[in-house]
Amino acid sequence: MIKQALIAAAVAAAVASPGAASATTDSDIKELREQVQQLKQEYERRIEALEQRLQQAEGVAAKAEARSTSAETAAIQAGTRPAAESAFNPAVSFILNGAYSNLSQDPARFRITGFAPTGGDVTSGKRGFNLGESELALAANVDHYFRGTLIASLQPDDSIGVEEGYLQTLALSHGLTLKAGRFFSSVGYQNEIHAHAWDFTDAPLANKVFLGGQLADDGLQLRWLAPSDTYFELGAELGRGRSFPGSNRDKNGAGASNLFARTGGDIGAGASWLLSLSNLRTTAQDRAYSDLNSLGTQVDNSFSGASRLWALGGVLKWAPMGNETNTNFKLQGEYFRRNEDGNLSYDTASATAGGTQTGTLRSAQSGWYAQSVYQFMPLWRLGYRYDRLSSGSVNLGLVDSGALSAADFPIYSRYKPTRDTLMLDFSPSEFSRLRLQVADDKSRLGASDKQVFLQYIMSLGAHGAHNF
Amino acid sequence: MKKIIVSLMAGACWLLAQPASAALKVFACEPEWGALTQELAGDKVSVFNATTAAQDAHHIQARPSLIARVRNADLVVCTGSELEIGWLPLLVRQSGNERIQPGAPGYLEASQLVTRLEIPKVLDRSLGDVHPEGNPHIQLDPRNIAKVAQVLGERLAQLDPVNAAAYRARTADFLVRWNAAIRRWEAAAAPLKGLTLVVYHKDMAYLNAWLGMRDVGSLEPKPGVPPTTAHLADLVARMQAAPARLIVYMSYNSPQAAEFLSERTKIPAVVLPFTVGGSDKAKDLFGLFDDILARLLSAAK
Repeated sequence: MIKQALIAAAVAAAVASPGAASATTDSDIKELREQVQQLKQEYERRIEALEQRLQQAEGVAAKAEARSTSAETAAIQAGTRPAAESAFNPAVSFILNGAYSNLSQDPARFRITGFAPTGGDVTSGKRGFNLGESELALAANVDHYFRGTLIASLQPDDSIGVEEGYLQTLALSHGLTLKAGRFFSSVGYQNEIHAHAWDFTDAPLANKVFLGGQLADDGLQLRWLAPSDTYFELGAELGRGRSFPGSNRDKNGAGASNLFARTGGDIGAGASWLLSLSNLRTTAQDRAYSDLNSLGTQVDNSFSGASRLWALGGVLKWAPMGNETNTNFKLQGEYFRRNEDGNLSYDTASATAGGTQTGTLRSAQSGWYAQSVYQFMPLWRLGYRYDRLSSGSVNLGLVDSGALSAADFPIYSRYKPTRDTLMLDFSPSEFSRLRLQVADDKSRLGASDKQVFLQYIMSLGAHGAHNF
Repeated sequence: MKKIIVSLMAGACWLLAQPASAALKVFACEPEWGALTQELAGDKVSVFNATTAAQDAHHIQARPSLIARVRNADLVVCTGSELEIGWLPLLVRQSGNERIQPGAPGYLEASQLVTRLEIPKVLDRSLGDVHPEGNPHIQLDPRNIAKVAQVLGERLAQLDPVNAAAYRARTADFLVRWNAAIRRWEAAAAPLKGLTLVVYHKDMAYLNAWLGMRDVGSLEPKPGVPPTTAHLADLVARMQAAPARLIVYMSYNSPQAAEFLSERTKIPAVVLPFTVGGSDKAKDLFGLFDDILARLLSAAK
């Protein structure tokens, strides 16, 4: 711009001077020459200044570029991973879990009176120091269609189990997600949550009697998320029904089905909620448990028939302005209702004590719990849980017909088990938690178990993410 | 049972029948990206902000309302670098929405577009909640915002070709105004050069790098671990020996620790809006930096 103006001025001056010379006096020419000289000097000065500024700017830019190049190189270097096969290793995380338990009742005699034992891991645990279940989780995308997850549980008795092992579609689109393999069933609210993320050391009594602690079936799950701004989800599961309330069967087809619906939302900036309703249907075949008859003889009972379970679960979480760092509050509850219809066979394994007999069984039983956890200051949380079950109505054909008496089925005594639990935990970081829990457990008729647990839960490896 | 299925189906149909808006739906993990999208797209998009300036983006619940919004999003704009690792992967996986899966055009991680600072040489949780990909709090350097704006504007044009010209024009206009604002801020912030700070969390790195300030301590003993009394006592002693000029904390931090240190050391404490909405004046991205500079300049006098 300035350069152009300068050239134009110089050209104008050059053109002007010879033409002017013939028509004007010498003094005029001298004056003109001086003016041009001044103009020239002025422009030269300005060009020099401009050049200097340009040089400075270039220098700064070059420096900045050098700086950013070195910073980017550093970034790239730091981000470089070895180009080996191991670069595709799945995300690995594991959980260490252990406790010291003090129980006033012998855990070997643990029963939840009024309800058939589930065969699941539902007892009050071991007395004294004991290692809990350690969890090893591996997860990665398989390809652009699937993600695979394996969660193995390493038991303190040196056995290894597959807690969950499933594939999940990444993007079927239209809000659809398909899961296949072994996974925690979407029954109620807490069943899907891994034990290390529970707010209490043990499962609610209702989950113990209706789901055997925690139900993980082998099968398929399809979920559909509605395309609305309000969360609404429908899902269906088909499974083997391999564990309580079903039983392992040698049969084609599905032994369990589960339908569920979920909805949830926010209340203001601070609170959000989730409600879920599910209906689990299983067909049990020779689902066995042991009991003592009226003579004190051990009997092996087994149930074959249909079991239908309704579960209604809800959770409400609140934090001031939705900022949960300092304080937050969580309210959670579930209600279960189960109807069973089928045959109960009674076997003393010795003909003199009654032999084998079979009669109908028809039952309607229910239970619920409610719990709240309050983080009253950073790192510290206090929680209370109340459990209540109702043995409801259990009609046994063998008792109605007079073949046996109700005293031959002590496990089906009418009873309302309850439990009060208080919990205090301290989490030095996101990855560690230390917990003290005390409970008054009235699961067994006529025995109140005073329980104290001291527990640690440590998360190592890949950063976890937890469902709402 | 059948009745229930029928009523569920009816409910689903009702939800399906709800009018869907034609505008591009953008899910922004943090308000700064929501505000930037709004600058570049105006009324051509509807923006949903998953978090507010009062919340800590490290600790957000993967709550139902967010799952529903991700399900319907055409574009998810987040910081990335593991800032949202505790919740975003869940939302994306549960959404059943193929358009916003990582790698798809509808998934944008802003931190991948800029030079990240503080990439740790050693990865060990005993050092706190460190991010392997570097410090994710990139939004406090306005030059980063400009870099993200260029890519975001182009991404909007790619996803919504009908309005591509409008996005490009708005982006060009925004960048002119933004670069002019950066020059203005840099001139105004000259007195802040060399200023020493005690920060709350390691979330000032980019602002410091831009303005030539330096953090000489943090209220958190380790990244992500809340202040402890022992650490604060140590910090008081250190600051009495070699005081920093300012104690700085963000709108979502609790003020107690900063006030405690300020009272004992007589170093002024100042709260900054961490993102758009973090103060009355931080109504948009321009207001955010205007307010940050005004607060720092007045506190450092």
